[in-house]
Amino acid sequence: MAEPLIELKDIYKVYQMGDEEVRASDGVTMTIHRGEFVAIVGKSGSGKSTLMNIIGALDVPTSGQYLLGGEDVGSMTDNQLAHIRNKMIGFIFQQYNLLPKSNLLENVELPLLYAGANANERKERAMASLERVGLAEKWRNLPNQLSGGQQQRVSIARALAGDPSLILADEPTGALDSKTSREVLNFLQKLNDEGNTIVMITHDSAIAREARRVIRVHDGKINFDGDVNEYSAIL
Amino acid sequence: MNILQSFKMALKSIWGNKMRSFLTMLGIIIGVASVIILVSLVNGQMSYMKDSFTSMGTNQMTVRLTNLTTRYVDVDEMYQFYNDNRDLFVQMTPSVSVSATLKYGTESLEDTTVTGVSEEYLDMKDQTLDAGRFISYSDIASRQKVCVVGYYVAWKLYGGVDNAIDETIKINGYAYRIVGVISRQDDEDLEEGGTDDILYLPYSSAAKMNSTAHISSYVFATADTDYTAEAKEALETFLMGIYKDDDLFRVTAMSEMLESLNSMIAMMSMVLGGIAGISLLVAGVGVMNIMLVSVTERTREIGIRKALGAKKVNIMQQFVIEAAVTSSLGGVIGILVGAVATTIVGAAMGISATPTPAAVIVSFSVSVGIGLLFGYMPASRAANLNPIDALRSE
Repeated sequence: MAEPLIELKDIYKVYQMGDEEVRASDGVTMTIHRGEFVAIVGKSGSGKSTLMNIIGALDVPTSGQYLLGGEDVGSMTDNQLAHIRNKMIGFIFQQYNLLPKSNLLENVELPLLYAGANANERKERAMASLERVGLAEKWRNLPNQLSGGQQQRVSIARALAGDPSLILADEPTGALDSKTSREVLNFLQKLNDEGNTIVMITHDSAIAREARRVIRVHDGKINFDGDVNEYSAIL
Repeated sequence: MNILQSFKMALKSIWGNKMRSFLTMLGIIIGVASVIILVSLVNGQMSYMKDSFTSMGTNQMTVRLTNLTTRYVDVDEMYQFYNDNRDLFVQMTPSVSVSATLKYGTESLEDTTVTGVSEEYLDMKDQTLDAGRFISYSDIASRQKVCVVGYYVAWKLYGGVDNAIDETIKINGYAYRIVGVISRQDDEDLEEGGTDDILYLPYSSAAKMNSTAHISSYVFATADTDYTAEAKEALETFLMGIYKDDDLFRVTAMSEMLESLNSMIAMMSMVLGGIAGISLLVAGVGVMNIMLVSVTERTREIGIRKALGAKKVNIMQQFVIEAAVTSSLGGVIGILVGAVATTIVGAAMGISATPTPAAVIVSFSVSVGIGLLFGYMPASRAANLNPIDALRSE
């Protein structure tokens, strides 16, 4: 079997809240291979956001090993983490997190800018990416001139622009109505069909069932990890 | 990400907050403009003073004596000293000021500077004659009632240079013959009491008119300012030998006065520049304040940029350059405002004041420096934000 894309080994993340120790991750081990579409589901406070931060290289674990594409992310410096985020991960956020004063093209160019691509290459790749989400002709618009669903598509385009190994979606439909949610989920499934690895964080079991594999976390521990059909069965 | 990109981003952000950016710049504009206006005006005024000093002759020194009945220096003794020291001195003249009223026909002049001088005075002052001759040695020896007048006197009383020659002028009631007219000194103004409203007569005649036995003022000229110190010392030694008391005479070298004037100019420029510099400092604090607000406001933007792969140095660069661009734009506007204001105020005050390149360069680099310095703290705060917290902020 091929080398896994994500390997979490016995991950602990401990916060000190006054005198109390909070174990946001309490010994998490998981493996995700290239081409998977995994939903990490859990209630608020279950530790799913902590997992997402660690997988997204936004944070490092207190202990344990995190290998992303074979590289040990757990012991990286801030600058190395920034490099990993830039090269390996495409983020999709619940609140889209587009820069309000930049137009769509500039927004999508942002990861390429920090990757050091030259102006022509940036523009070319960003336009191609906008093309994929069907918003190429609106590239001059500002984000607030678009609907929520369109803004989320821009943020997907931004996530795709850098051609990352992993697309990490944090509650991608959290701010959308059911119709546009459907569109976004269909789009994520299409991306997965095209071979992209997707990890989606959600609190909503119904959304989680759109993935192919579901990992459920509770109190910082994984209490279910299996195929989406098995997950549906236990609900 | 390159610097050029950061500049683009900075300009965009400045343009995106026009009002705020302008108010931030206003402090810098006022600071830079006031530095330029103050320094330029002071320089203009001072260089005017310096020019008038220099035109009096920097190679000259004046000697003032208090003649007592027991201890005094008479003219012959002074000439003896002068002749003994020709290696130091090139010219010398007694100088006798006369407070006089000039009259010709029914017209009179009250404010004319009337001075009794020797035949060397014309060369010493670097003046030339429009007509006639200067006072000669024989005029002095025989106390001739002859005189040389300035352009203004000739023009005012006689209607022209040629009309004045050989005419009679009454000095305090004594009739003098005009033997020469001095060329015009001041090309711009011809006015009563000005540099052309002058009259020279033999010092012997002037002393007689003043009823003084001994002349109390002399002017010496050295070949070069390099001799000033030596010449001054020689004079003082000579006078000390006669007076035995240094309160009774005073030797003043023009070049020394020029030096003290120069150091005064430097002082004034520094003090005024310093005061204006404080306003630049205050402006810098303003820049820092706004940048801190900007960082707080843009926490989320910083979070997004960091999540997408911006390194600390990228964020740092973005904010520092934004601060530097803001304050250097303010600096450029301040220089323009300062230059225009200097010209206007200078014209109003009658000084030819132009912004000195030094003032422009210094105030511009200070404003850029302020941007870098006061932008650093907010920028490093931005760069050190945790991306997770920054993303969560509203």
